[in-house]
Amino acid sequence: MSVPVPLLAVENLQIRVGVDGPLAVDDFSFTMAPGEIVALVGESGSGKTMAARAAIGLLPAPMQVCGGRIIFQGQALDSSNAKAMREVRGARIGMVFQEPMVSLNPALTIGRQMSEALKLHTTLDAATIHERCIAMLQRIGMRQRIMLASVMLLRPALLIADEPTTALDCLAQLDVIELMLELTREQGTAILFISHDLSLVARYAHKVVVMRSGKAVEQGRIEDILFAPKAEYTRQLLEALPRRGELVPVPAADSALLQVRDVCIEHPGPRSFWGRSVPKRVVHSVNLSIAPGETLALVGGSGSGKTTLGRAVVGLVNPCAGAILFQGVDILKAANRAHRLQCQMIFQDPYSSLDPRMTVGQILAEPLRHEPALTAAQKRQRVTDTLVDVGLPEQFRERFAHQLSGGQRQRVAIGRALVRRPKLVIADEPISALDMTIQKQILELFERLQRQYGFACLFISHDLSAVERIAHRVAVMNQGEVVEMGPRDTIFDAPQHPYTRRLLAAASPLEKRADGSYRLRASVI
Amino acid sequence: MNLKTPALPPVAAITPRRRRRYPPLNALIGGSLLAALVLLALLGVVWTPYDPLKLDLLSRLHAPSALHWLGTDEFGRDVFSRLIIGARTSLWISLLSVSVAVICGTLIGMLAGYLRGWTDRLLMMLNDALLAFPGILMALGIMAIVGASQYGIVLALGIAYTPSVVRVVRGSVLSLRELEFIEASRVIGNSELYTMFRHITPNCLAPLCVLATSMFGWALLSESALSFLGLGVPPPAATWGSMLSASRTYISTAPWLGIFPGIFISLTLLAINLFGDALRDRLDPRMRK
Amino acid sequence: MAVPTLLLISVIVFALIRLIPGDPALLMLGDMADPQSLADMRSSLGLDHSVVTQYLIWIKSVLSGDLGVSISSRQPVLELLLERFSVSATVVLVAVLLATVLAVPVGLLAAWKQNSAMDLGLVATATLLLSVPSFWLGLLLLYVFGIQLGWLPVIGYVGFATDPMKALTYVVLPIVTLTLVEFGAIARMARASTIEVLRLEYIAHARAKGLSEGAVLCRHALRNAFAPTWTLIGLILGNLLGGIAVLETVFTLPGIGRLMVDAIFSRDYPVLQGCLLLVTCIYVLVNLLVDLLYPLFDPRVKL
Repeated sequence: MSVPVPLLAVENLQIRVGVDGPLAVDDFSFTMAPGEIVALVGESGSGKTMAARAAIGLLPAPMQVCGGRIIFQGQALDSSNAKAMREVRGARIGMVFQEPMVSLNPALTIGRQMSEALKLHTTLDAATIHERCIAMLQRIGMRQRIMLASVMLLRPALLIADEPTTALDCLAQLDVIELMLELTREQGTAILFISHDLSLVARYAHKVVVMRSGKAVEQGRIEDILFAPKAEYTRQLLEALPRRGELVPVPAADSALLQVRDVCIEHPGPRSFWGRSVPKRVVHSVNLSIAPGETLALVGGSGSGKTTLGRAVVGLVNPCAGAILFQGVDILKAANRAHRLQCQMIFQDPYSSLDPRMTVGQILAEPLRHEPALTAAQKRQRVTDTLVDVGLPEQFRERFAHQLSGGQRQRVAIGRALVRRPKLVIADEPISALDMTIQKQILELFERLQRQYGFACLFISHDLSAVERIAHRVAVMNQGEVVEMGPRDTIFDAPQHPYTRRLLAAASPLEKRADGSYRLRASVI
Repeated sequence: MNLKTPALPPVAAITPRRRRRYPPLNALIGGSLLAALVLLALLGVVWTPYDPLKLDLLSRLHAPSALHWLGTDEFGRDVFSRLIIGARTSLWISLLSVSVAVICGTLIGMLAGYLRGWTDRLLMMLNDALLAFPGILMALGIMAIVGASQYGIVLALGIAYTPSVVRVVRGSVLSLRELEFIEASRVIGNSELYTMFRHITPNCLAPLCVLATSMFGWALLSESALSFLGLGVPPPAATWGSMLSASRTYISTAPWLGIFPGIFISLTLLAINLFGDALRDRLDPRMRK
Repeated sequence: MAVPTLLLISVIVFALIRLIPGDPALLMLGDMADPQSLADMRSSLGLDHSVVTQYLIWIKSVLSGDLGVSISSRQPVLELLLERFSVSATVVLVAVLLATVLAVPVGLLAAWKQNSAMDLGLVATATLLLSVPSFWLGLLLLYVFGIQLGWLPVIGYVGFATDPMKALTYVVLPIVTLTLVEFGAIARMARASTIEVLRLEYIAHARAKGLSEGAVLCRHALRNAFAPTWTLIGLILGNLLGGIAVLETVFTLPGIGRLMVDAIFSRDYPVLQGCLLLVTCIYVLVNLLVDLLYPLFDPRVKL
C-alpha cells in the first residue's frame, strides 16, 4: 500500500516583513490530508493569516517568503510564477475572508461575480454556469454566504477560511460554519480554518495547529490536544475559556437599584425631506431589575435590542413608553442628577471609545469635572488609584490611545467608567473585540473590581459563555423581548425557551474535567 | 484653471528606498521651497535690489543681465524686485483670505453638523447655493460691491471659499458624532457645548489643516488670476498676475517679462501642493486609527 | 432638490446686483440714458414697491426669457449669453473629455504599479501640471507655437459655422492648454482612488479567484475607483465655467468668461447679472447630472 500523498504540505516556511525585517512566520511546518479539516489557531500577531496566505500566494506587499516550501497536491507552489499561481487559485485552492460583505464588489452584480471564476477556470457554457449559480444561490439564501458559495462553485480541493465568522454573532457563526461543512463534505474539500477561537474550531476540526509569534507551538488531533495539552501556551488558551466559578457576593438589599418597567423603544425610520418617518419598534415591553452589587447579563443575537436597551438605561436613548427607575426615581426627570452621576457605561469598541487626542490621564480625569467636592490633589490621587485598579502602570498616564493595545484601551475604558465610583455600570460587549487570553484578563479584572467596589452591572453580550463567569442572573433577549430570565445556573443547566437553548448550543462547547483535560460538552453533541 | 478642487484622498508619499524615519521627499522639497519664498517675501519688506516702483526710463526692456538679474520691464523697473514685492502681496492676501474662510467656515460647519435638524438643513441649502458660484464669480460679484482693493479681495475670496470649509467641517463633525467617545462624553455628563469644543473640534483639525493648505494654493492662484484680468489690487502695486498681464504686449520683444512671474507662481503653487500632499499623508493614517 | 437651490441662487444673484452702490435704474441703462428711459426703467423694475415685489418682477421676466439688454452692445442679453457660452462650452467640454480619457487609464496604471518609476514619473508630472497656472501655460504655448513657430494664429477667432478648418486652428491651443492642466488633477485623483480601492478586500478576493491582474483592474477596480473621479470632473466643469475667463483673455476667445470680465469693466450690469445666473444654473445642472450618473459607478448610492 502506498503512503497517502498529503494534500498540502508546508515545510519549514519562513516569512519576513520586507527584505530585512522581523520574521512573521518562523520554521513553520504542517500537513493536511485530502478532506481533512485543520484549524490554525492563534491570537493576533501569531502569523496564522500570513502562513495561510502564503499557500495561495497572496501575501500583502511587504511580506515575502524567504525560506521553506509549500507543496500542494504533490507539486511545489512557486509564488513567483504568477501564471501558475492563478491557475491554482480559485480552481484548486479557494479562499474566503473575514468580512463577507466587503469581499463583494459593490459595483458589480452578484451573479457576475459568481460566474466570473467559473468562466475563467472551466469550459462550461453560459447556460450551465447560470444554472449552477442559481442552484447554489437557492441553497444559501443570505447575502453573507454568497462569497462562500461563489468560492465553492469551483469545487476546489482546498478551502482556506480566514476568520470567516469573527465579525458575526454566535448564532450566525454556527450557521455559516454548518453551511461551509455541508458544501465541503459533498465535494471532499479540505478546509484550513484560521481562527483565534479554540472552542469554535474544537467542534469541527480533525486536527489543530496552535501558533504563537510565528511558530507552531503544538499540533495534533483535536482529541489529543484537548485531552492532554503539552505546550504551556495551549494550556493558557484553554484556560482562557470562561468557566463557571464562584460569584461575587451580593449584599442584601431591600430595594432594587434599577427597575425597567414595560419599556418600549423605537428607532426613527428612514428620513424623508419633510422629516416624517415610520418609527421601528426595537424593544417591546421589557421588564427587569437589578439589585445593588449584582450583575445581570443581557444576552441575545444581533438585532435583539439588547444594546438599545442598555443605551436607554444609561440615558442615551429615550423610551417611548414605560419607565426606567434608578433608585426609585424616573431617570427622565431632570431632578435625577444621581442617575447621570451614578450610572456609567463601558463601550464595545476599544478603538473608537477613547478620544484619540487625549492622554490616558486626561481621559480618566474628565469625569471628575462633575465632582466639585474633590480638590485638584484629590482628583489626581483618584486617577492614580484608578490606574492601579485597572492594572496599568503610572507612566501610561501620558500615553495616547493609539499607543495602547486593545486590551489596554479597554482597561482605560473600564477605569473611566469607574473613576467616579458609580453604583451601576453598563458594559456593552466589552470583550467581544479582544483576543481570548485578553478576554480572560479583562473578565478577571472586572470581577476583582466588583468585589472591591460593589457596583451593580448590566453586562450585555451576544455570547453566553462569556457571561458564565460573572453573571448572577441572566436575561435572554430575542427580537426586542425578554424571552427568559433567571439565575445563572438555572439558565445554563436547564434552559426553558428554545432561543436560550440555541444560544447555549452556540456557546463554547468545551468544559474542563476533574483531571484537568477538556472535552466537548455533552449537551452540544 | 481650478479655483476649487475637492480634497483628494492621500497621494502615497514618495518615500526614499530605505524605510528610515526621514520626512518624505515631497515634504522636504515643498517645505523648503515654501520657506525660501516666505523668507524672500519677508526680506522684501525691508530691502529689495532696486526700488520696485521707481521708473527708470533709460533702462526699459533690458534683458536679464548681471545688473538686473531678471531684466527690466517697460518702465525700466527691476523685474526681480517687483517679483519680491509681488510675493509679499500674494502671500499675504492668500493667508488672510484662507483665515477668513477657515474661521467662518468652521463655526458654521460645526453648528450645522452638531445641531442638525432645521438649522443644518437651512445652512446646507444656503451653502450649496453659494457653492454653485464658481470662486472667481463670487469674488467678482463681491468686489463689484466693495470695490477693488486689497481688503476687498480678501473679503471676496474669503467668502468664496467659506462654503468649502463648511462642507469639510460639517462632514468631519457628522462622522465624529457617531464615534463612541462622543457618546461617552455625554454619558459622563458633559454638556453638548463642552463635548463640541473639547472632543469634536480637536479631531476636526486634521482634515481642516489639509484643506487650509489646499485653499492657500487656490487663493494664490485666484489672486493671480484676478490681477491678470485686471481686477486685482490696483496699480502701481506689483502683483505677479498683473505683471503677467502687462507682459502680453511685449511677448515677442521681451519674453522674459512673461516667463519669470509665471515661474514664480508655479514654484509657489508647486511648493504648496507638495507640502499639502505630505501633510495629508502624515495626518491621514493617524486619523484612520 | 435642485429647485430650492436654484431659487436661492436667484435670490443671491438678485441681492448681489441690488447691493451694488448706485441707482438701479441707472445701473441697468448706463450713464448716458435719458430721463424718460430712466423713469420707464424704474417703474418696470418696480423700484417704488417692496424688495420682495421687485424680486418677483425680476424672476418673472427672467423666466420668460427677458434678461435685459446689454448697455455696451445693445444686444439682448440672453442672445449674447448663448452665443458666447457655446464657444466656452466647446473648449471646456472637449478639453475635459480629452483629459479624462488620457488621465484615467494612466492613473489606473500608475496605481497598479505603485512606487515604480512610471508611477513616480506620473505623480511628478501631474503635480507639476497642477501647479502651473493655466494662463501662463497658455501664454507659453502661444509664444512657442504662435510666435516662434508661427504655426497657429495668435489673436482672433473664427466660428465653426463660418470656416471649420480655420476655426480649429483658433481653438487648438486653448484646448491643449486646458487639457494639460486638468490632466494633472484628474490623473492624481484617479491614481489615489485606485490605490484606495486596490487595498480593499474584494480585490484580494477577486485575485483569489484566479483572475488576471488586467481583469482585476478593469472589471473590479475601475468602476469603483472612477466614482470619486467622476465627482471631481463635475466640480472641474463647474469651476471652469468661471475660470475659463483667463484662458479666453490669453487666447482672445469670445467666450462667456471674457464677457463677464468686460461687463465688469464697462459696468454693463444687465450682462453681468445674466452671466451670473446662467453660469450658476449650469453648475447646478452639471452637478445634478453627476449625481444622477453616480449610481452607475457606485450602486450603493441611491438616486
